[in-house]
Amino acid sequence: MLPRLEPRSGVSAAMMLLTPAIAVGLTLIAGVIMFAALGFDPGRALYTFFVKPVSTLYGVSELLVKATPLAVIGIGLALGFRANVWNIGAEGQFTLGAICGGGVALAFHGVESWLVLPAMAVAGILGGLAWGAIPAFLRVRFNANEILTSLMLTYVATLLLSYLVHGPWRDPEGLNFPESRMFEDSALLPVILDETRLSIAAPIALLIVLAGWVVLSRAFLGFQIKVVGQSPAAASYAGFSEKRLIWTVLCVSGALAGLAGMFEVSGPIGQLHPVVSPGYGFTAIIVAFLGRLHPVGVLFAALLIALSYLGGELAQIELKLPLALTGVFQGMLLFFLLGTDVLIRYRIRFRRRGARIALPQGG
Amino acid sequence: MDTAAAVIVSMMAAATPLLYAALGELVTEKSGVLNLGVEGMMITGAVTAFATATITGSSAIGIVAGATAAMALSLIFAVLTLSLVANQVATGLALTIFGIGLSALIGQGYVGTPLDALPKLDIPGVSDIVFIGPVLFGHDFLIYFSFVMVGAVAWFLYRTRAGLVLRAVGESHDAAHAIGYPVIGIRYLAVAFGGAMAGVGGAYLSVAYTPMWIENMTAGRGWIALALVVFATWRPGRVLLGAYLFGGVTILQLHGQGFGLGVASQILSMLPYLATILVLVLISSDRALIRLNAPADIGRVFRPAS
Repeated sequence: MLPRLEPRSGVSAAMMLLTPAIAVGLTLIAGVIMFAALGFDPGRALYTFFVKPVSTLYGVSELLVKATPLAVIGIGLALGFRANVWNIGAEGQFTLGAICGGGVALAFHGVESWLVLPAMAVAGILGGLAWGAIPAFLRVRFNANEILTSLMLTYVATLLLSYLVHGPWRDPEGLNFPESRMFEDSALLPVILDETRLSIAAPIALLIVLAGWVVLSRAFLGFQIKVVGQSPAAASYAGFSEKRLIWTVLCVSGALAGLAGMFEVSGPIGQLHPVVSPGYGFTAIIVAFLGRLHPVGVLFAALLIALSYLGGELAQIELKLPLALTGVFQGMLLFFLLGTDVLIRYRIRFRRRGARIALPQGG
Repeated sequence: MDTAAAVIVSMMAAATPLLYAALGELVTEKSGVLNLGVEGMMITGAVTAFATATITGSSAIGIVAGATAAMALSLIFAVLTLSLVANQVATGLALTIFGIGLSALIGQGYVGTPLDALPKLDIPGVSDIVFIGPVLFGHDFLIYFSFVMVGAVAWFLYRTRAGLVLRAVGESHDAAHAIGYPVIGIRYLAVAFGGAMAGVGGAYLSVAYTPMWIENMTAGRGWIALALVVFATWRPGRVLLGAYLFGGVTILQLHGQGFGLGVASQILSMLPYLATILVLVLISSDRALIRLNAPADIGRVFRPAS
């Protein structure tokens, strides 16, 4: 009996929804094995990783704080991936959003006006958009692979931020630490739940998810993205401009990542650091895939991945487990998901060796 | 050692990890597979080599272990993309995310541990000759071996039957399959070779270039190696040229401040990444050149119609 793959007649909608659940299950099983191998009680470790972080109201609010950037970035990436545009430099666009948003906050230091926050948001969006537009320009004009250019720009963005907080933007009254001034209250996002860090960024993220859903299911742009992703030839017959689509999705995903970066520095962080992201831009790639490149799926995936961040932090404190476990879990989850996704287009058949269907199949 | 020789020697050391990783990826891509996980395989190779060398006291065993670990990682990629027909771009990204996490996990006990650098060739008399001595006879064996590998890969791809078959698989897997070549099996081997070479490249970083373990020490070199393959238009000799060009840019960045350039170190550190974008743009804008040299079936899923 050998397992073999047999093509399905079409895409299995049930498997589309089922494989993420299977992948999560397999990741948990692998987690148990890994914890046992590292010499920890698997039950306690899993509890610490996945249940305990959200057992309090504060824990739930932290979950939403972490899920917000993941969802906002993930929506943009999902649009691009659907159109086969591989923006993997969201981390850099996020950083540019943080730099531009934070720059506005520092420039208006001492100014008490409700206009500061909107100005920061616009700056953050433009920063991310600009950083996303560069790979778009290089791809459309020079045919340069957007995967590599967007990734290289991530390193440039991180170095730029490091330069700014070590040099011109360093807190003049600080103790020579590489960080900017603390932002004034007018440059901080209003908190919507007392005693937590949950800000208005979370409901805005929800609105962005809804907007993404509407665009994908109702708007002409969403239709174009789907057609290009599923059949580039059909898209070109229909007269959809591939170039315009590349520009659009890279600018949109860049702008969203930039907004997320601005949210981060004007929310949980409150100033500029050399490091403003625990890898949100890269993790959002997993979020996009786990969410089936669908805005609603992205929302749930963002919550789940946010849990892995919280769990990793708690496991580090309580069990002295290395923080790197979070990345290992996230990578494993994506592996299992990509592996089980084969079931969407193929079914597994067990057939005895040698037994062949006699009739030749067409094609 | 005079300054000119010192610059050339450090340029060669900076180029070597890129050279190994890019040569491996070149063979993988020639078979029609795009593995974007080079960064993840390199960093896993680096940490495994360092840990093994620390435990056994032997850099050579460490390098072999690094290559093996990276190859094991590449086989995860191979199973997912070749046997389970997963998307190569997504799987490669997963490999990088996983590799960076895994390496930090393995390496946490080794941060700050000292290790003796790989010994350099030292022929009494000869290695002391002005300029020629250090430039020709003053390197560790991995640098000499990297030249051997450039020749070996070029010879294999263009002078052997197996190399021809591998290229055929990359150009048209359907035609190669129709003739009767085991497309999937050949691709497994090519991916494994790419993994092992990325592992050696990573190992070079941690046991020779800067003999220590730092989290994320590859710092994007895996991605630069990917860009080098495009820059080289999939030719081994040009990979060598590209890697040395990048080694030069890295050295420029390291020595820039020493020369009294009034530029912040972070700005200088951007140079290799900006240079990567620049060469990608220069090469890619010639669409005919890319179309002529890129393996035609790269990144495409192969399922034999049985």
